[in-house]
Amino acid sequence: MTYATQKLDEEKVFKDPVHRYIHVYDQVIWDLIGTSEFQRLRRIKQLGTTYLVFHGAEHSRFNHSLGVYEIVRRIIDDIFKGRPEWDESERLVVLCAALLHDLGHGPFSHAFENVFDLDHEKFTQAILLGDTQINAILTRVSPEFPQHVSDVIAKTYGNKLVVSLISSQIDADRMDYLQRDAYFTGVSYGHFDMERILRVMRPRHNQVVIKESGMHAVEDYIMSRYQMYWQVYFHPVSRSAEVILTKALHRAKELSLSGYQFAYEPHHFKNFFNHSFSLKDYIALDEGIVMMYFQEWMDEEDKILADLCDRFVNRRLFQYIEFDPAKDYRKLVELEQLFKEAGINPEYYLVFDSSSDLPYDFYRPGEEDERVPIHLLMPNDDLRELSRSSDIVQAISGKRRTDHKLYFPQDLLKQDAEINSVKKQILHLLSGKS
Amino acid sequence: MLQEHVKIVQFISLAGEIVGRKKLQKMVYIAKKMNFPFQEKYKLHMYGPYSEELTLRVEELCNMDFLSEKKEDKGSYVQYTYACTKEGRQFLSTMAGNQPSQDKSIEQLNEKSSRFLEMVSTLIYFDYLKRELQIEKLHSVKGKLNLSETEIEEAFAYINDLQMYNLS
Repeated sequence: MTYATQKLDEEKVFKDPVHRYIHVYDQVIWDLIGTSEFQRLRRIKQLGTTYLVFHGAEHSRFNHSLGVYEIVRRIIDDIFKGRPEWDESERLVVLCAALLHDLGHGPFSHAFENVFDLDHEKFTQAILLGDTQINAILTRVSPEFPQHVSDVIAKTYGNKLVVSLISSQIDADRMDYLQRDAYFTGVSYGHFDMERILRVMRPRHNQVVIKESGMHAVEDYIMSRYQMYWQVYFHPVSRSAEVILTKALHRAKELSLSGYQFAYEPHHFKNFFNHSFSLKDYIALDEGIVMMYFQEWMDEEDKILADLCDRFVNRRLFQYIEFDPAKDYRKLVELEQLFKEAGINPEYYLVFDSSSDLPYDFYRPGEEDERVPIHLLMPNDDLRELSRSSDIVQAISGKRRTDHKLYFPQDLLKQDAEINSVKKQILHLLSGKS
Repeated sequence: MLQEHVKIVQFISLAGEIVGRKKLQKMVYIAKKMNFPFQEKYKLHMYGPYSEELTLRVEELCNMDFLSEKKEDKGSYVQYTYACTKEGRQFLSTMAGNQPSQDKSIEQLNEKSSRFLEMVSTLIYFDYLKRELQIEKLHSVKGKLNLSETEIEEAFAYINDLQMYNLS
């Protein structure tokens, strides 16, 4: 028996609120879960700042990664096993890729990537291929194995069926996060009949297809994606928290690069500010560390940094209004000028936010787009793109719905507004009465 | 503010007219790799590097009437053509400030076919690899294109030219 095929003496199970149990049979999987790089995911929240709106949303990337692993394990062990299109020798690589696909996420993923111009997928690759505990375990399987796992996650692996299990328009990643995020936020959207979808999944040459009889379960899944985006992922208050977090990190970076003397030095961030960080620096960061700095920086001499950190830690969020940039972009220029006159730095306190800043992967049927659409397997063995059969999917697929908001600190603007004519003018403009 | 929107409108305005969503995606990716300051994140998809953020940004700009989108049914597929509108030009004149203008390089990118840009952008996506491995990856992810050696050579020569230009 080789390390690749070595089973645990006794199956290990994790209790899980979404899948009830997560089953581990393979020694490799068990060893990967025990690494420090994988355990770090416990300290990265799955939904970033959403917990400030939906207080239950404290679940982590660790929970989600185990969930994706479990869904893939069920597909290949219960549904695909024994089917001629499925190559059983791909079992371990796809399980590892499922488990490790989010390894490179940084603290408050989106905001952190935005400020430091990073891409978590590159860090996933770096952790898989670099000098890490994860790499040591994968290399024990075979010297090429870390690269294979990395290729599956990067979608450059030769067997496209394997890739599509982790990354396609109906993949284990989405199926887990929709259900998990719905469970932890407590919303009633996001639920769909995953059991049914798993039962009607079939392997084909280069993708997973769905038996036509399962179309309604897939419709439900597509609707869940749509509703979760607008109700949870792009929630305006959660966006406000993210705006403040991003601006606080930007401020810290600006101060550091200008030689400002911090009362509490940003040791963990220094190399990020200079863009000279190592993989070790990256792995060392988690949300606990970011929050520790924010707590300390609430007492910084720099008023902007102190205020933004205080707003984030104590949930004193920015107010927002709907903003139509097509009609009102000139107003934005005027507002920027007035903020400056009022002594409020618009760079940090007047923020325009678009739905394109947090992309949602609408279901797209494939017209000149770059995604493999969801295909239904018809009774005559033909494949048919989902929206051609489903009126519901056709009605919402690829539809443009955009959203723009303007965020600002209403409390700051209201301070002395009766005696400050500029602030009065700003509030008037923001009220939309002009 | 709105600077990411400004950059896209300006890019399309400088290109004149861009035929095909795929072509637009690849042009922006190549320009970004040549240090044009686009913030959109790219991942590898069916036709090479693709940015969902760019797709949404372009959709927003069409909704705002700063870009026009012409849709043509080509039988087996639908082709989209993008151009800057009068409103888009007004938007640029108010918001653009000192954005860099690189009309020549953008025009030259636009003269290339979508297939060629797909190949170039995929090779650039793997630019951290050695040349032989880049070609191997290209064949592995772009098998359907049946690329000839001559085409690949041409793509590498073009990448060299781009690096000499240094769009930034």
